Amino acid sequence: MEATVTKTATEGKTWGGGNEPLKASYGKLMMWFFILSDAITFSGFLAAYGFSRFKFVDSWPIADQVFNHFPFLHGVDAPMYYVAFMTFILIFSSVTMVLAVDAGHHMKKGKVTFFMFLTIVGGLIFVGSQAWEWKNFIQGEFGAVTTKGGNILQFVNQEGERVALSDIAVFQASERAQHTGNKGVWFTEEAALPTYTIDEVKAGFVANSSLLIRTQSLNENGEKTILTREESIQKLDKEAVGIVEGANLKHNEYGVPLFADFFFFITGFHGFHVFSGVVINIIIFFNVILGTYERRGSYEMVEKVGLYWHFVDLVWVFIFTFFYLV
Amino acid sequence: MAHTTTHQHESNTKRIWYVFIILSVVTIFEVFLGIIRPEFLTHTHFLSMKLLNWIFIVLTLYKAYYIAWAFMHLEGESKGLRRGVVWTAIFLISYLMFILLTEGDYIYGVFKTSNVAWDF
Repeated sequence: MEATVTKTATEGKTWGGGNEPLKASYGKLMMWFFILSDAITFSGFLAAYGFSRFKFVDSWPIADQVFNHFPFLHGVDAPMYYVAFMTFILIFSSVTMVLAVDAGHHMKKGKVTFFMFLTIVGGLIFVGSQAWEWKNFIQGEFGAVTTKGGNILQFVNQEGERVALSDIAVFQASERAQHTGNKGVWFTEEAALPTYTIDEVKAGFVANSSLLIRTQSLNENGEKTILTREESIQKLDKEAVGIVEGANLKHNEYGVPLFADFFFFITGFHGFHVFSGVVINIIIFFNVILGTYERRGSYEMVEKVGLYWHFVDLVWVFIFTFFYLV
Repeated sequence: MAHTTTHQHESNTKRIWYVFIILSVVTIFEVFLGIIRPEFLTHTHFLSMKLLNWIFIVLTLYKAYYIAWAFMHLEGESKGLRRGVVWTAIFLISYLMFILLTEGDYIYGVFKTSNVAWDF
């Protein structure tokens, strides 16, 4: 009870803390301080993303071609649908949160409990969806080839549709074994070897005359450049040095590695916010059930955690725009 | 007792659902545009950026306004708090964006015109 009293012995003392020019409680003001500083942190990340994107403006990956998975629709090109779904989940959980705050103003414990519960469920669905999206991104789908200069070459057919490495590579006997710590003199290890060798891919590419290479660079229509058959064979033969499957912080089959780095960092940081929001929501949820706020006579705690939850939604609106749409 | 409960709150449920509908419609519209990417929007440039991207950014700010005003209830806060939050963010973020994007564009130019090969 004492913790939420905002006017302890200051009533009437205009110069002793009794004056509240912003007409908001201490807790709410501090939440606004936090939100503002967090907003500026996020804009720092997004501005850094913009910086790198402008730096590689003619070779940045196209989001529609990267995030095109949907559950149970394997192999179907579904750009954006899943992110749109995630956005809806988050907006809707924001709505239930604000409904909980509204019910709190009327001291309706049952309604607050119900809407807090829905909010938590929405948050969990969102975090789960993000995990699924990460899984797809990390695993990759088609695989690509990297050049000496670190650029990515992808394979397409005559219609411009992606072709997976597994459909290209022809088996060749090779003696390349993964080097593990217990075999070498220096006890060093190497990362897992890719499924195919570069020679297998090169041989398969030459054998299949319908294949073409799509480079990173964007043409004047904002689409990825597709080389002619002759150019493709020459480029692959001269420049390709390795296989890339999926994405991590160093390699990225979708294009510029920085794209993957920012994707992991920004959506990861946001996902962590959602996760901690869910944890805080659960704590408040149990306090509501236990009747803490009923006895306190005010549901202001629900309002404060609500502010945080809406902020997380607000940040997602911007991430959605700058990562998936623009 | 916290002072917020001492004055009466009328129910905002109607406004909440109204805002939800606005946010949903705008999101659907954005996704729709993002999938079809109409040519006259991707080929028209305004201030060296595609018109389509400007539309996305304006719609995003429109959504952000509704989230902050209706959901975070900034419309009910005092003017001082509202301005303290909104203007601080707007000034700092536009400054940051301006500096970093200008710099990124400059480096793009350096990469493009330098004598170093990047594609090999």
